[in-house]
Amino acid sequence: MELAISVITGFMILGAIYAIHARDILSAVIAGGIVGYSLVICFLLLRAPDLAIVQIVVETITLIIMVAVVLDSSRVEAYSKFDRRAWITAGSALLMLLALFWFFRAAASHLEPFGESTLRMADAYINGAVDKTGSVNLVTGVLFDFRGYDTLGEATVLITAVMGVLAILRITGKKKLT
Amino acid sequence: MTVYWLCFILFLTGLYGVITRRNLIKIAISLSIMEFSIFLFLALVGYREGGVAPIVDTADPVKTYVDPLPQAMVLTAIVIGLATTAMLMAVIIRIYRKYGTFDIREIKNLRG
Amino acid sequence: MKGMTVIVKKTTQLIAGLIFLYGIYIILHGHLTPGGGFAGGVILAGSFILLILAWGSDFLQLVKEERGSTLYENLAILIVLFLALSGLLAGVRVFFSNWLPHGIPGELVSAGMLPLYNIFVGIEVAASILTIFLALVIFKEEVLK
Repeated sequence: MELAISVITGFMILGAIYAIHARDILSAVIAGGIVGYSLVICFLLLRAPDLAIVQIVVETITLIIMVAVVLDSSRVEAYSKFDRRAWITAGSALLMLLALFWFFRAAASHLEPFGESTLRMADAYINGAVDKTGSVNLVTGVLFDFRGYDTLGEATVLITAVMGVLAILRITGKKKLT
Repeated sequence: MTVYWLCFILFLTGLYGVITRRNLIKIAISLSIMEFSIFLFLALVGYREGGVAPIVDTADPVKTYVDPLPQAMVLTAIVIGLATTAMLMAVIIRIYRKYGTFDIREIKNLRG
Repeated sequence: MKGMTVIVKKTTQLIAGLIFLYGIYIILHGHLTPGGGFAGGVILAGSFILLILAWGSDFLQLVKEERGSTLYENLAILIVLFLALSGLLAGVRVFFSNWLPHGIPGELVSAGMLPLYNIFVGIEVAASILTIFLALVIFKEEVLK
C-alpha cells in the first residue's frame, strides 16, 4: 500500500515539474490536470470514495475553466529570458525551500508510522455514530451533523466567491474599455 | 514515512513554481498543486492499516474503519479550492483584457 | 458562441438527461452510499455545462439563464439557513440540530434532516458553478462583440 502510493506520488511530482517548466501554456494546464487525476487514484487506494468522486468532478470543472481562459488568449509560450534577476530569484527560492525541508525533518519525527493513526477523536466519532446521526455513511454524518458549522461556512465561501466573480467580470455600467 | 516526505516534496515543488514563474497561468497551476499536496497529506494521516471505507454495513459491522474526520475536512477543502481557482481565473482574464499579456513584469502601472 | 458538429449535438442530447439523473441519485442517496450534496451538485452543473458547450447559444439567452441560476443559488442557501434555524423552534432549542426522527439506518427515508440538507446544498453548489461558468462565457461574448 505504501509502495503504491509512493509510486503515484512520485509520478505526481514529475507531472508537477513538467507543468512548471513547460513552454506551451496549454501543455502546462493539462499537466496540472494529470496531477489532479492521479490524486483520485490515491484517494481510492486510501479507502476514501467520497473524496474520489468530488475530486474527479471538481478537477474536470477546473480544467474546463482553465482551458477556456488559455484558449481565448494567444497561446504565447512562456518567456524564458534568464537574466540576472531570474538567477537571484531561483537561488533565494532554493534556499528557502531547503530551510523548510529542514524544519519538516524536525517535525516529521513526531508523526506515527504510516497506517497506525492514533487520533483520539476517531474512536469517539466511529462508535455510536450510526445511532447518534442515523446515517450509514459516516462521512456525511460527520459533515452535516457533528461538524455542521464547517459545511455552513463552506457554502458561504462558495456564495462569496460567486459574487466576487460576478463583480469582477461586469462590463455594463462601466466606461468603455479603450 | 516515505509517503510523507514525497508529499512534502510535492508541496515544495508547487511553492517553487509560485515564487519563480513569471506567467500568471503557471502561478495559478502551482497554487493548485500546493493544495493537492495538502489534501493528500490529510488523507494519509487518517488511514488505518487493514481498515475499510467508512460506510457501515448494518448486517456485519467491521471492527476497524478508516478515520472519517480528515475525509470530511478534505471534502470541504476541495470545494473551497475550486472557488478560489475560479476567482483567480476571473482576475487573470480581466488582467489579460486590459494589458494583453500574462507576464507579471509588464503589469506595472497602477493607474491604468 | 457557435455550437459544435451534428455528432456532438446528438450525443449530448442523449447523454445530458442521464447525467442529470445520475446527479440527483448521488444527492438523494448521500446518507447511504459515498457522495452527498457536494459531489452531486457538481455533477448536476456538469450536465448543464455540457449542453451549453455542445449547442452554443446566443447572447441574450445566456443572460436570461444567468438570472435564473443566481436566483436558485440564493434561494437554496436561504433555505439551508432556515432549516438550520428550525432547530431553535422545534423544541430542541439547539442551532443546527438533527431533530427529525432518525428511523431505521439503511433505508432511503432515514437520518432525520440529513437528506434535506443534502438536497439544498446540492442545488446551491450546482447553481454556483453554473453561474461561474456563465459569467465567464458572457464576458467573452461581450468583449468579442
